[in-house]
Amino acid sequence: MKTVEKRIRECVSNGKKAFVPYMMAGDGGLDTLHHKLIFLEKCGATAIEIGIPFSDPVADGEVIQQAGERALANGVSLRKVVEELSGIKGKVSVPLILMTYLNPILAFDMKLFIDRCLEIGIGGLIIPDLPLEEDGLLRERLEGTDIALIPLVSLTSSDDRIQDIAVKAEGFIYAVTVNGITGGRDHFGEEVVEHLKRVKAVSPLPVLAGFGISRPSQVEQLGECTDGVIVGSAIVDAFYRDDLESVRSLMNTSDGKFKIGIS
Amino acid sequence: MAIEMRRGRYGKFGGQYVPETLMTALIELEKAYEEAKADPAFAEELDYYLRDFVGRENPLYFAERLTAKIGGAKIFLKREDLNHTGAHKINNSLGQALLAIRMGKKKIFAETGAGQHGVATATACALFGLECVVFMGKEDIRRQELNVFRMELLGAKVVSVDKGSGTLKDAVNEALRYWVANVEDTHYILGSALGPHPFPEIVRDFQRVIGVETRRQIVEKEGRLPDAIVACIGGGSNAIGMFHPFVEDEAVALYGVEAAGSGIATGRHAAAIADGKEGVLHGSYMYVLQDEDGFIQEAHSISAGLDYPAVGPEHCHLHSIGRVTYSSVTDAEALEGLQILSRTEGIIPALESAHAIRFAVELAKDMRQDEIVVVCLSGRGDKDMQTVREALGGGVE
Repeated sequence: MKTVEKRIRECVSNGKKAFVPYMMAGDGGLDTLHHKLIFLEKCGATAIEIGIPFSDPVADGEVIQQAGERALANGVSLRKVVEELSGIKGKVSVPLILMTYLNPILAFDMKLFIDRCLEIGIGGLIIPDLPLEEDGLLRERLEGTDIALIPLVSLTSSDDRIQDIAVKAEGFIYAVTVNGITGGRDHFGEEVVEHLKRVKAVSPLPVLAGFGISRPSQVEQLGECTDGVIVGSAIVDAFYRDDLESVRSLMNTSDGKFKIGIS
Repeated sequence: MAIEMRRGRYGKFGGQYVPETLMTALIELEKAYEEAKADPAFAEELDYYLRDFVGRENPLYFAERLTAKIGGAKIFLKREDLNHTGAHKINNSLGQALLAIRMGKKKIFAETGAGQHGVATATACALFGLECVVFMGKEDIRRQELNVFRMELLGAKVVSVDKGSGTLKDAVNEALRYWVANVEDTHYILGSALGPHPFPEIVRDFQRVIGVETRRQIVEKEGRLPDAIVACIGGGSNAIGMFHPFVEDEAVALYGVEAAGSGIATGRHAAAIADGKEGVLHGSYMYVLQDEDGFIQEAHSISAGLDYPAVGPEHCHLHSIGRVTYSSVTDAEALEGLQILSRTEGIIPALESAHAIRFAVELAKDMRQDEIVVVCLSGRGDKDMQTVREALGGGVE
């Protein structure tokens, strides 16, 4: 069992739910990465998802696209994020998950990239443009490492497909809760809850819901039928506005009913 | 020669590098396309519209005065410029619109650079009563105002994309995002032999009519196959449609012409085979213009239709196995090509096609007079008059 999965399971077996915040590396300057990671860890993050900016982010909504553009304007790249993370190795103890589009990894060189991830102790990779059909090579190279290749399932994935993805999944299953790109949504309908229950039923791994979760009430709603949630745009936006209080309150929203995080 | 090594792959190129949300739609599209291909009624219906609506088959025209002026091989032009809407794009838009109808989808969207594919798709949607949204970069909207008006006149909604540099690449990004959000009832008519499988195959098959007709026509006129075929390459749809029926004929030399913009050495160009590296963009593994961090670079060309930072996966494969020779022509050279053809034949080519003309002229010069060169004249130049006038400083040389 890879560390990411272990941490989520520990969290769940303590009667809590996992909370994985997403942040865009380099938004506000790469030198702020370190402090933000420590802050998120202190707020009770189960793991932290670090977004890598890309020139053509087709799976991202407005908020994250703009954060990515700001990071790109700061000269941030996958290479630089990896360097920065090498420098803060050991200072953050929750698993770090890199979310990057495929092309920066190819440009970096896949083998070299994995070697660097192993040195730093990266706990997982989420690659939004690498579906099951195309992930064979990377999967092979991650075999036997502690880096989990975390797959996405969507509302459009058929039952057979969800099954195929679940069988090969590592770490956890990232269940996408909207047909759409990342970003806040007003509410989640019954079909989303049903979908999450279906994924949960077939998955041998923990299931975390993500995309469009931006409010405490949504965290609670979706937390109920999964093992936890991933929150992106709302955290990115709060960091951008330098509103640490709202990051903290989002992550601790469920005190009482749900205890989010392992803190 | 076996081109397709496995489903959706051309050698190592191609594939399906898209968000999971789109995978079900791609699988469904592939299935629907396989069924359509196996159904003679589908081909019949498409043939009907290609004939009575588009005006096919279009001529393979012997450019006698151009040939005489160059003094080398005989030059023939495949007249895609005579199609309804003025370019080869309509072949694909009609085919995919019929496919969408088969799939029960009434909403269509597309990306467009210069606006030719947008106009062709808006046309097909008007013909069949489908809803149509076209994504177009803000900068391209400015450059191609009249095409925006044409699309709107045809009932399409044109959405301005101001992200990135506001050109074709950004319009495709936005189109993919739109598809993710509207995947259940909407079909994406992708305009070139690009994108995730099965698009490169579908677009190629709908454009194959160019090469199939050419083959029959040249044999009728000359009693044999040509010695060389030339086509311009942006994403590569007219070229792959022209080349594909000839790929097995080793004696026919195939030349793809990329846009060298201000010159390859300046970095301001769209020549992904000449100067790109292997990578993934818009769902496909291809040669891509990118920096050392893997960020996609902007393409530059006087011809908006060639202004794309990658080349379709089948072309990448044909390049890697040496079956097609890829070369490039600069903005200035393309303008020369445009003027030569205008003066000698009374045909004003699209700036895209002018790249192929310019290359073919140089090629024909060094060939014997009994040899034959066919050029795919992919579109007509009406849409480019403003750009050409500006580039020529308000007058002709």
